[in-house]
Amino acid sequence: MTIKSMRDALNEALHHEFARDPRVFLIGEDVGGFEKDGQPVEIGGVFGVSKGLYRSYGRKRVIDSPISEAAIIGAASGAALCGLRPIAEIMFADLTAVCFDQIVNQIAKFRYMFGGQCACPVVIRMTTGGGRNAGAQHSQTFYPIFTSFPGLKVVVPSNAYDAKGLLITAIRDQDPVLFFEPKVLYTEKCEVPDEAYSIPFGEAAMPREGEDVTIVAFGQAVNWSIQAADELRQAHGIRCDVIDPRTPSPLDEETILESVAATGRLVVVDESPPRCGLTADIAALVADKAFRYLKAPIKAVTAPHTPVPQARELERAYLPNPRRIIAAVEEVLR
Amino acid sequence: MTRDQLLCAYRRLRLLREFEERTRIEFQTGQIAGFTHLYAGMEAIAVGVCEHLTDEDKIISTHRGHGHCLAKGCDPVAMMKELWGSSEGLCGGKGGTMHIADFSRGMLGANAVVGAGAPIAVGAALAASITGASWVAVSFVGDGGTNIGSVYEAMNMAVVLRLPKIFVIEDNGWGEMTPIGNAAGNRDLAARAAAMGMPAVSVDGTDFFAVHTAAGVAISRARRGEGPSTIVASAPRFYGHHEGDPQLYRSREEVAELRRKDDCLPRFIERVTATGDVTMEDLGIIDADIARLMDSAVEQSKAAPRPTADDVLQHVYIRYR
Repeated sequence: MTIKSMRDALNEALHHEFARDPRVFLIGEDVGGFEKDGQPVEIGGVFGVSKGLYRSYGRKRVIDSPISEAAIIGAASGAALCGLRPIAEIMFADLTAVCFDQIVNQIAKFRYMFGGQCACPVVIRMTTGGGRNAGAQHSQTFYPIFTSFPGLKVVVPSNAYDAKGLLITAIRDQDPVLFFEPKVLYTEKCEVPDEAYSIPFGEAAMPREGEDVTIVAFGQAVNWSIQAADELRQAHGIRCDVIDPRTPSPLDEETILESVAATGRLVVVDESPPRCGLTADIAALVADKAFRYLKAPIKAVTAPHTPVPQARELERAYLPNPRRIIAAVEEVLR
Repeated sequence: MTRDQLLCAYRRLRLLREFEERTRIEFQTGQIAGFTHLYAGMEAIAVGVCEHLTDEDKIISTHRGHGHCLAKGCDPVAMMKELWGSSEGLCGGKGGTMHIADFSRGMLGANAVVGAGAPIAVGAALAASITGASWVAVSFVGDGGTNIGSVYEAMNMAVVLRLPKIFVIEDNGWGEMTPIGNAAGNRDLAARAAAMGMPAVSVDGTDFFAVHTAAGVAISRARRGEGPSTIVASAPRFYGHHEGDPQLYRSREEVAELRRKDDCLPRFIERVTATGDVTMEDLGIIDADIARLMDSAVEQSKAAPRPTADDVLQHVYIRYR
């Protein structure tokens, strides 16, 4: 067990699965490399997540594609229908808008629409979220949109340990998995085992436990929520359950409902805008199935209903933070 | 081609035609629900290409997909049951006319999103390239589909990765209800494909033998590992974009003229009977067979079991209460 960044943890997961299963391959922009003067020149992904794969497995299994997102997803899904285990990398989640049809009308539908004749085991990896001043078209989350589609599994890890185990599960899964990697977390480190391990989908993690308030958060908002919970505990003796569903779909409803039944208070946190998102979805779930336990209105902490702004000051004002989560917790306790 | 091959090709051409004629009647009398898009007039394209393919080879079709499915060997009775929405249909009633698939035949699905099959078929070709399998992948796309960006993404990727992929562009002159001349900046659709860096030929899609020859060249090239090709085949669409389309954009006389002059079936018959290898009597036997098969397909579809409400939640891998 050593301390590793999320980038390295994801890279290990890819190496484990490439070695284990010859059907696994990676396709995306700049994921591999090329030959120059007979020598391999490795790129390994713009964020370095696929480093070493091209050298080990060559261009048959580590395929640099043209900048053609629809063709990348099509190539992955067609290969999956023929028995392979493709991993497609879309550099930024925002760019799934360019290949939305291939994801939501095609891979999400195949097994059902064709009457169970086939499976479509594609993993689509992409970076997600704000915090890098990347501006309106390179900072969006998009996982709430995909969570709304039947036929897509959706994963958002919040730490390096989960990232490795969840990616291994995703690659071994029979069905399409959209795997969102919060780009600010690539350098965040924690203890990660060297060997391969898998984390089941639909099982939430609870990084903090407490009986006063339930906080449900996704992706990097989990880390803000942990900071908020620790501060509330130290400063005020307020104890929070912090729930990280890890997979927005399938969602571990039970863990959320059990926690709310115990605390009677819910704060939901996500860095996406407020409408039709995961915060509204979790609030609706609790209103529907745990209303009688609620002692206070549900509070959501989200970004405002605007595009993601670029400048440091603006993006800082845009994204949720521990201070806003603390304020929401204090409000549901009032 | 041998006499057996000619008879086999004729049987397919006739099957495709009669399936559509019968589907039209059943649709008009309310037996079949939803939208349906008929392939009548274009049969020589699907059959000319698919006669070269085995069950190992993969194809992806369009919203106008019945012909491709039949040409690739899908069971016409199970297809008709799918149109009927029976649980015994090829997709258990979950797909319907625009989503017929039969993976055991290498038929990876008809696809209702124009152009969307091209990138997916690239993936089927990529799978062959990665694993060393010998299959080729064919996508059928209409002339209207040549205005979809992802088709060019697919073409370019197939060229860059040198994949065993054939793009068949079926030019019936109409993108839904708009003439292709009003929709394509360059009416030479083969030139558009050739610009992506691959061989591209235009053939008369009412001439089975022209299609068959061009497809043979493209498929052999793909099997040799020399990369993708495009075939643009022109043939008329005898019916509207969909059944129920009033076709206000063309006259009845125009359609009658197409049937008289540009019907692939009489052209095929004339050519094969001229040599004496095949007689009208041979063809008549096949016609009678197909007519019986269509009657039987319809009768079986009418009697076939219906899906139940419980089937809605079958083939689902994420469940919420």
